[in-house]
Amino acid sequence: MTTSKSPLLSVQDLSVAFSQEGRKTLAVDHISFDINSGETVALVGESGSGKSVSALSTVRLLPYPTASHPSGEILFKGRDMLTANDAALRKVRGNEISMIFQEPMTSLNPLHQVERQIAEVLKIHRGMSDTAARKRVLELLDQVGIPQPEKRLQSYPHQLSGGQRQRVMIAMALANEPDLLIADEPTTALDVTVQAQILQLLKDIQRDVGMAMLFITHDLGIVRKISDRVCVMTDGKIVEKGETEEIFSNPQHEYTKHLLAAEPKGSPPKTDTSKPIVVKADDLKVWFPVKRGFLRRTVDHIKAVDGVNISVREGQTLGIVGESGSGKTTLGLALLRMISSTGEISFHDRDIQQFSWKEMRPLRRDMQIVFQDPFGSLSPRMSIADIVGEGLAVHFPGISQEGRDERVAHALEEVGLDAATRFRYPHEFSGGQRQRISIARAMVLEPKFVMLDEPTSALDMSVQAQVVDLLRDLQKRHDLAYLFISHDLKVVRALANDVIVMKDGKVVESGPSEKVFDHPETDYTKALMAAAFRLETAGEGIVSQ
Amino acid sequence: MDTRTENRATGQSRFVSASEGKFRPRGRFELSPINKRRLANFNANRRGFWSLWIFLILFVLALFAEFIANDRPILVSYKGELLTPVFVDYPEEKFGGFLAVTDYRDPFIQDEINANGWILWPPIRYSYDTINNEIPVPAPAPPSWMLDKEERCQQYPNGAEDANCTLGNWNWFGTDDQGRDVVARLIYGFRISVLFGLALTIASSIIGIAAGAVQGYYGGWVDLFFQRFIEIWTAIPTLYLILIVSSVLIPGFWTLFTILLAFSWVALVGVVRAEFLRARNFEYVTAAKALGVSNGVIMWRHMLPNAMVATLTFMPFILNGSITTLTALDFLGFGLPPGSPSLGELLAQGKNNLQAPWLGITGFFMISIMLSLLIFIGEAVRDAFDPRKAFA
Repeated sequence: MTTSKSPLLSVQDLSVAFSQEGRKTLAVDHISFDINSGETVALVGESGSGKSVSALSTVRLLPYPTASHPSGEILFKGRDMLTANDAALRKVRGNEISMIFQEPMTSLNPLHQVERQIAEVLKIHRGMSDTAARKRVLELLDQVGIPQPEKRLQSYPHQLSGGQRQRVMIAMALANEPDLLIADEPTTALDVTVQAQILQLLKDIQRDVGMAMLFITHDLGIVRKISDRVCVMTDGKIVEKGETEEIFSNPQHEYTKHLLAAEPKGSPPKTDTSKPIVVKADDLKVWFPVKRGFLRRTVDHIKAVDGVNISVREGQTLGIVGESGSGKTTLGLALLRMISSTGEISFHDRDIQQFSWKEMRPLRRDMQIVFQDPFGSLSPRMSIADIVGEGLAVHFPGISQEGRDERVAHALEEVGLDAATRFRYPHEFSGGQRQRISIARAMVLEPKFVMLDEPTSALDMSVQAQVVDLLRDLQKRHDLAYLFISHDLKVVRALANDVIVMKDGKVVESGPSEKVFDHPETDYTKALMAAAFRLETAGEGIVSQ
Repeated sequence: MDTRTENRATGQSRFVSASEGKFRPRGRFELSPINKRRLANFNANRRGFWSLWIFLILFVLALFAEFIANDRPILVSYKGELLTPVFVDYPEEKFGGFLAVTDYRDPFIQDEINANGWILWPPIRYSYDTINNEIPVPAPAPPSWMLDKEERCQQYPNGAEDANCTLGNWNWFGTDDQGRDVVARLIYGFRISVLFGLALTIASSIIGIAAGAVQGYYGGWVDLFFQRFIEIWTAIPTLYLILIVSSVLIPGFWTLFTILLAFSWVALVGVVRAEFLRARNFEYVTAAKALGVSNGVIMWRHMLPNAMVATLTFMPFILNGSITTLTALDFLGFGLPPGSPSLGELLAQGKNNLQAPWLGITGFFMISIMLSLLIFIGEAVRDAFDPRKAFA
């Protein structure tokens, strides 16, 4: 039969255009790809490459009429989705084609219980009764590996962990046994250990159910692990497609090669113990009290950071790794005295724990922060020159307007930005450029100690590598001490001399980075490394679900 | 295509060549791009756009009320001397009379001046407190255009032939029950209403924003204490307080202003506090703290712009509320001192003189047109600051 041979989904010559203020921009530019039943195709590309838009077009979920399709057709089981009417599309959506998204918190309705979320699809497409739907929901929850599904039926999304939420999302997507599952960066918002579990789950389910999967990601490690075939996208075009192994071993296109080479590389020099200690903390604790009852008595504490000892030396980097919620950022903020803590903190052998906010101010010049989110950390209403120059006005009130401008320009050039762009506003810059601006804001004060709070997590892979190179370069030039906080072990490995592994506010393991990375001692660290570098899942009980 | 990939691959070049165009600082009076877009959004709301212009024209005209409706001439030329009675009180002996301040409406004075020079009158020859002694019927007199010339001018010494039987002495909307010209009172009343409303709005916004900012920024006990205080404070019935105060003090412009301000500042606190509570956890605020920027500067430079959107959206409506409050107090007789031009007092006269419908109708139309214009402007401002439109 011809039907069995023709692909399940066939995208031919598809273009997507968005019109804004009368101008049309082409987000997807004449792409073609096929998905056969039962196989996994990955769409890989950096942010803005048009991969999500391509996937959303297949079920016509774009904001029409702002979006339009100047060319192409999308054949799902031989039917053209671009010309199908709304009723036909609704039958396909969530039934034959279902989707899972990146952010499990916002994709679930926070006011609906788990049972209702999943049963909704069943009732709409299958017309199931309440009891039949409940039976099926339990089956699905069991299938996606949620322990004790009966107890979870009445849970609200906020009562579930990130991984569990994503499992519920998957259960919803699987509810009607779709022929095609579109997974749009389903693991990007999750911790590495949970990511490994979810990927394993998707793979198992695909094998059992025999559905096809369109997997959208920017992470080449995941692609290699999960997909049969790959389409590499950039600037709205598919520049290369083929078998996964083929592409990884023998990339043809420049961009693919660039992408494959983009992983943060290099390793830091050996720990130099002769260098003076810049920041040191002894038995540092940050406990948030839990208050109950009428008199608000403190009944318990949330121990965000619980008795941590660390020291950072000049010109060295201390990496702090751990899953979300392990207290990494809290530790960093406590060291900078941005939040209150107990224990000893010394900066250049001065005990700063008892300093008041005012007494801290002169020291702020020497200790700076670079944040994770390059969009949130720059005031949208200030020009770049004002943002970078703000600290100068505080700490060097004596210098003239020209002198300040000169320093700002110099700082921008040092981080690889054109100084002439300093009169623009943050929204005119890309994510990587904004992160450079944040770094310039910290560097313009010539600090001695910089806390880098996930500085690369929000960036594309190739930009990550550039930022890591930049940070390393700056460190060498100015003998900076870095506190590098990240859940991305690859980046930490490229930059940190020493590493601390944190879990639930406590240090699980610490030591020189090559020792921790190559010969981890505790089970937790082993599981973390396996998940991060090989996307392998660990046994139960060691890592969070 | 290939060159672009090349740029990405080599990294640095991409950052420098990001996008072409203005590599220059923004001029002091140049709008930022987002404000330009807001202005465009405001202008796109045609009703609001025209309302603003109409309101501004009316307001500017009312600011110069003394040149439009006055019982003194704008310019007088007397014996070769150029006099400006609008600004200067000339004693009547200058023109051969005996009053301390010249009554230019006196036919004797007019004849004296006209014999030795000329008079330039404003278009309406009544001020808000000028009593027209020549009205043909007992006050309130109907609008002049309802009467024929003989009837209208019967009280003048020379009847219809009198020099003062001119358009400038018409009572376009009649007179009130004390023989004062309604148009003149309307113009002055509009001015005082808007000025009072503006002053109250600006003052209560400043206090409200400051209070909201402090509460939202510091949070904790400051916030808790202030919030409870505001709850108790707003529970005090303003109207009764004004009644009590006005029985002790004679309410003037500033007394009323102070009493109303004491209660109107809470209007913006909630909005501003919410914005600050939200913004205090923004990373750029933490970044500013880490830079050692002082609390005051952080609030002013980083957080206030966020709160201003909500504030500016509210302002036209607060202005409306202030004007209505003043009008209501005047209507009840607890507002501005007796004799002041006020729209509320005009409405009260309309209520008391149902046989003279021009009083009530004029007052009603004036107030409703003024409030509608402000509401339309407010809607356009709201559109302009709508984040979905501003960032679309």
